Amino acid sequence: MNSPPKIGVVSCSGEGCVEGTLSRVATRFVLERLRSDNTVTICLPLFLTGEKGERMFAKYFPTIAVDGCEKKCAEKAIEKYSGKTAHSIVVIDLLNEWNVEKPGSRRNRLTRPPCPKHRTARWFLWECTSSTPMCSCAL
Amino acid sequence: LTELIFIIPCSGIGKAFGTISREATYQVVEDLRKGETDTLCLSLLVIGDEDSNHLVQSHRCIAIDGCPLECAKKNLQLAGAKLTTNFRVIDLLKEHRSLKPKNITFLDQEGRELAKLLADQIAAKIDELNRGEINS
Repeated sequence: MNSPPKIGVVSCSGEGCVEGTLSRVATRFVLERLRSDNTVTICLPLFLTGEKGERMFAKYFPTIAVDGCEKKCAEKAIEKYSGKTAHSIVVIDLLNEWNVEKPGSRRNRLTRPPCPKHRTARWFLWECTSSTPMCSCAL
Repeated sequence: LTELIFIIPCSGIGKAFGTISREATYQVVEDLRKGETDTLCLSLLVIGDEDSNHLVQSHRCIAIDGCPLECAKKNLQLAGAKLTTNFRVIDLLKEHRSLKPKNITFLDQEGRELAKLLADQIAAKIDELNRGEINS
């Protein structure tokens, strides 16, 4: 049986802003839990400092850029060094669209994986921002 | 008034090393040496953002890398930064072989211990820099 085609998910991983933390953790969620069978990633700085192989990334895989802010570093780096992205997501735009306040800290305060029942964007944001768990399913 | 020092961790999300480098950085800039230090997105240096390049060229910087590929250090060098020193999580692991961090998204206890050890080392280095014990 053929394995499913791989899709690249590349996070800006922005360490300087909280939206970068959200982009990074959301990307890990996709890789580890939501679509673990058919997703791969690459560390963004490798586009500049890595070998030719890293720059071929977007040529090997249809790639989704996950950016924290409007500077869109992931999308720009992928398209500058590797190839056209298949899709682009910007966290700050989603927060505005959902009318959700951004978390106050850049640290990843999540301490537990999402429960299957509440595995939603709202759960993810709640757990990132609040010291009180939204649900007790996985406690 | 001491000059702000920028601490730039790697952006690695494939192993626990990158998570440890970021957690250690946040412990320093938000707790241990708050006000003396700050961080910025490594990805801004990757795309050649002018404001970020200017910041790292005009302030002392410390690179915190997860693995031997040293993306933070190399990107800072390419940006012409005032790089004073660098740390690697992989070296810390060699010094503390009993600690074996596994989780990437959620640091486990051993990952958190390594991050704390690294944060203390970074804070000590900042004190040395501010006392002028290291050429900057």
